[in-house]
This record gives sequence, C-alpha cells and structure tokens, in this order.
Amino acid sequence: MRSEAAEGRTVIVSIEGLSKSYRRGNQIIPVLQDVSFTIAEGEFLALMGPSGSGKSTLLNLIAGIDKVDTGSILVGGADITSLSEAELASWRAIHVGFIFQFYNLMPVLTAFENVELPLLLTGLGRKERREHVEMVLNVVGLADRMDHYPSQLSGGQQQRVAIARAIVTDPEILVADEPTGDLDRASAEDVLTLMDNLVHEFGKTIIMVTHDPRAAEKAHLIRHLEKGFLSQ
Amino acid sequence: MGIPYYYSFRNLWTRRLTTILTASGMALVVFVFAATLMLAEGLRRTLVETGSWDNVVVIRKSAVSEVQSGVERLQAAIVETQPEVAIGADGRPLLAKEMMVLINLPKRGSDKPANVIIRGIGPSSLALRPQVSLKEGRMPRSGSAEVIAGASIAKRFKGGGLGETLHFGMRNWTVVGVFDAGSTGFSSEIWGDADQLMQAFRRPVYSSVLFKLRDPGSFTVVKQRIESDPRLTLEAKRETRYYLDQSEAMAKFLSILGIALTVTFSLGAIIGAMITMYAAVANRIVEIGTLRALGFNKRSILGAFILESLFLGLLGGVIGLFLASFMQLITISTMNWQSFAELAFSFSMTFAIAWKSLVFSLVMGFVGGVLPAFRAARMNIVDALRSS
Repeated sequence: MRSEAAEGRTVIVSIEGLSKSYRRGNQIIPVLQDVSFTIAEGEFLALMGPSGSGKSTLLNLIAGIDKVDTGSILVGGADITSLSEAELASWRAIHVGFIFQFYNLMPVLTAFENVELPLLLTGLGRKERREHVEMVLNVVGLADRMDHYPSQLSGGQQQRVAIARAIVTDPEILVADEPTGDLDRASAEDVLTLMDNLVHEFGKTIIMVTHDPRAAEKAHLIRHLEKGFLSQ
Repeated sequence: MGIPYYYSFRNLWTRRLTTILTASGMALVVFVFAATLMLAEGLRRTLVETGSWDNVVVIRKSAVSEVQSGVERLQAAIVETQPEVAIGADGRPLLAKEMMVLINLPKRGSDKPANVIIRGIGPSSLALRPQVSLKEGRMPRSGSAEVIAGASIAKRFKGGGLGETLHFGMRNWTVVGVFDAGSTGFSSEIWGDADQLMQAFRRPVYSSVLFKLRDPGSFTVVKQRIESDPRLTLEAKRETRYYLDQSEAMAKFLSILGIALTVTFSLGAIIGAMITMYAAVANRIVEIGTLRALGFNKRSILGAFILESLFLGLLGGVIGLFLASFMQLITISTMNWQSFAELAFSFSMTFAIAWKSLVFSLVMGFVGGVLPAFRAARMNIVDALRSS
C-alpha cells in the first residue's frame, strides 16, 4: 500500500530502520546505520556524501541488487527485503531502471539491441518490442543511431542509450550511480536535462548518487550521507 | 526469453583471434577423431564391398580366413552338388573352388617386401564377382603359368604390371592382365589358374569354395545342411559376413587407437577452451553484473556462456571435419592381420562419422565452458558492477 507523503504526493519508496555492514576478515564494518526516509513518486532525489559514506550501498539496496542486514525497503508498496534472489531478479526487470557511471552497455550489441535487452524479460512480442525501443530512442534523441554499436557513439550518446534502456520497460524508479561522472561538461548537462525531462514530462522517480554539485542542483531534494547516517 | 544467442555469437566474433586459435586446437582433435573413424570405416567398407550378399563362402570350420582354411577335393565336390547352388548361363554351377596362399613380393621403389595374396581361381571366379572386371590384357589360360594382377598390385609391386614377370612357387608367372576391383580387397590380389597354383605350391587341398545362391533366401537351409553333414568339416558364411569378420579386429584396433588418441588430445583442447572461456568471463565481469542487475537470472547467464562455448566447439568441429574430408583423397595400404596380406583402402566419410564428430566437438565445448559459465552465473552483482 502506498502512503501519502507530507506534501500530499504518493510515497514510492519507504525505508525504515535500514542497516547494512560488510565483513572484512574478522572485522565488521558498518556501512549504513538505522537509515529511514521516504521518496515520493515523481521526485528527483540526489544522494550525496563523501566516498565510503554508504550512498552507493543505499542505492544498491533500493534497486534490489544487494541484501539488507536489518530494516525494510518498500518500493511501490512491496517489501523487497523479503524477496528471494530469483524473485528479486524478476522484480528488478519490471520495477527498476539502471543508469551507471560508465553506461555499462553491451559492446557487441547495437544501441537498439542494448535498449531491447530488458524487454526480452517481458512477454512482449518482437513488433511491440521494436515499437517500445524506437519510442524511447526518440525520447533520448538517438533514433537515428539505433544501429550503431556503443564504440561508434560518444560518451554522452552512450549514456543516453543507457537511459533509454533504463526507461524502456517503464519502471517505477530509476536509479543512477554517478550518471555524469564519466562525461564532459556539455554531455553531462545534456544527460541531466534529459533526466530532468523524464521527471517533469513523464513523471519518473529518479534516485541519483552523485559527487557533482551541478548534477545535484537539478534534483528536487538532496540527502547527505555521512559515515552511514543520513544527515539531512 | 533469455539473453539472445547473438550476444554469445558476437562475443566470439569480437575476439576472433582467440576464438580461431582455440577452435583450431579443437579442430585438430576432431580431425584425428574423424580421421580414425574414417579409417576404420574405409577398411570395413573395402572388406565388406569385397563380398556379395548372395554369395556363400565355405571354409574349414573354425578357420577365420581362407589362408587358414583347407577344403579337400572330395568335400568341395559334395558342396558342388548342393541344390541351392545357382547355375550359370553356360549350364555349369556358379561355383569356384579356390586356393589361396600368401607370398612375399618386393614393392616398387623401396624394394621392401610385403605380403600378397595369390588366389587360384576357377572358370566361374570372375562371374561370381561382378565388382571385378578385367581392365587391361586378357584372362589367364587354364593350364598355363599366367596370372592377372589387381590394379593395386600392378601399381605398387615390382613385376606386377602387364607383361611383366613374377617369380613365386619356384616358377615364373607372366602377368597377362590387370583387373580392376574398385575399392575392394581383390585389388590387392594376384589371380591364376587354381590347378596350376596348387601344383606350384604343393597344395593338395583348396582353401575355399565360393558359390552363388540360386535364391538368396535359401542361405540358412544350405548353411545348415553343409554344417550338419558328417562328411564335411566345413562352415558356410555369406560372403559379406565373411569379409566383415575379417575387418573386425583391425577396425576395433583402429577405433581403440583413435579413441585413446582423441581422449588424450581432447583433454588439451578442453583445457584450452576452458582458459579461453575463463578469460572471456574475466573480461566481461561488468557486463555480467549489468545483465544480472537488469533482471537476467543466473540460468540465463549460465546459458549464454555455455552457448558461447558450444559455438566455439562447433566451429572447431566444422573446421576439423572440413579438413578430415580431404583425407578421402588418400589411399592407405597396410597389413590385414586377419589374412596377413597387404590391403589398400581409403578413408571413408559417412554421415554417421560427421555427426559423431560434431557431437564430440560440442561435448568438448560444453565441458570446456561449463566451469567458467558457472563462475559467471554465481558472481555477486554488486562486486561485479564494482569491478568497473
């Protein structure tokens, strides 16, 4: 069940008493400690903090690619901490879109095939998949580059293909880990504008980890993490 | 739907050099595997084609080949009277009482001696073997010291050519004809008049009696009668079965040798494939992490890497088979240990050998790829993504 956020918007992500630690030899290193907050639907949230503050770990936990020690994460009303590994994989395919710092496109697949990948996990037929892919490549302004391989595209274009891949299944949340970290200023600006459009025009919810203050400026809300604690 | 097959295929294509080198190792093994099977098949085919389905060979009981056999004149006469023996156009039974001995003849060029079969034939011998035809010269006259030589003998043995003279059995024999027997074992024989040869070799008995059945279905009846006749110590076999039995030991030896060789070689090729696939996994850790994050499950990752390895194996298999197919152009001559005679035969490719070789290459690909694929599938998503 989705609850209403304070501003009256629907809460899409609800985190309660989240803790996570890593084991290094006999040592247990706490990464996140008792973190609780909510994210409203259609929000553009930036997670900031120094290296090792736990922001990427938090993002991975919300995206369902890492397991919590204690606490709960509700995404769209579903408690993802109770899902098995296989269930999480199916859940991610439908509900989460990933944007990585280094784009993480498959170098042997064309832009079209890269964007089509997540759709292969849905029941869509070939024709419907093509329509979806063409539509999102239009949204990111790369419809004319769909037959190009990643190596034939610039960094900014590759990140736009990665964004198209992230939104092609129309997921509830988009998680972005340093999406502008590998881009020059102009390309970074393009990518941030595109992400901003996704929020404003298509009502997407974006959770972004960044070190870049200019990237954080685009966000509606900035949350800081410090040594595993949410400071703001 | 899982990870598309072209992802696996294109990854192989992207690292073409490694792919070709690894596939070449596998191709070599498939080549050896296919070549030994082709050798065994060639031998089998040569010996089996030597015989006809409706011909019956009668030899002494428990003799494996004609060389070890002895059929007394009286016994041969009893066989001749069997009602199942077909009658030729000339009104005489299509039956040949033949004698066989092994002699040593030097080869052309090297002068190295090798065993050769001398077959004493009767008037119907040629009619009983439609696969044999006179290529050059004429048939030997009965009662004369004349012989005809198989094409393989004429080519490879000193004095075996048309018009040349051979010395054996304390006499000189003139080669008055060369016969062509296709790829059958007769190509490696010398034929002459049975009675002349028996005298020359001081042989009082025939080696075998060969006859054509009036009705091919009557074999069981005639076999039973011959083998249960108390006057006869003989056994009857269909000619095809007789030659198949002769090829068995050698074909088995070749198969065992081939399998032992290929199993040893294949270990090397499998390790090669494994190293390649481990390297492929190590180079694509981030891709694997990304695919897993996108929602592809472990089984999809496992499948994609095993498929890649199978493609690799298949490529090796196809190259190996292609190379092995050229072996059909080669003719090998060796000693047939059943008859102790020189036998020439070719490598023979069959559909069964082709698919066995391809299955073998796929098994190598699978075994080589399965461990790296498991490693890829079991990777932790966060660790994999972090390695970027």
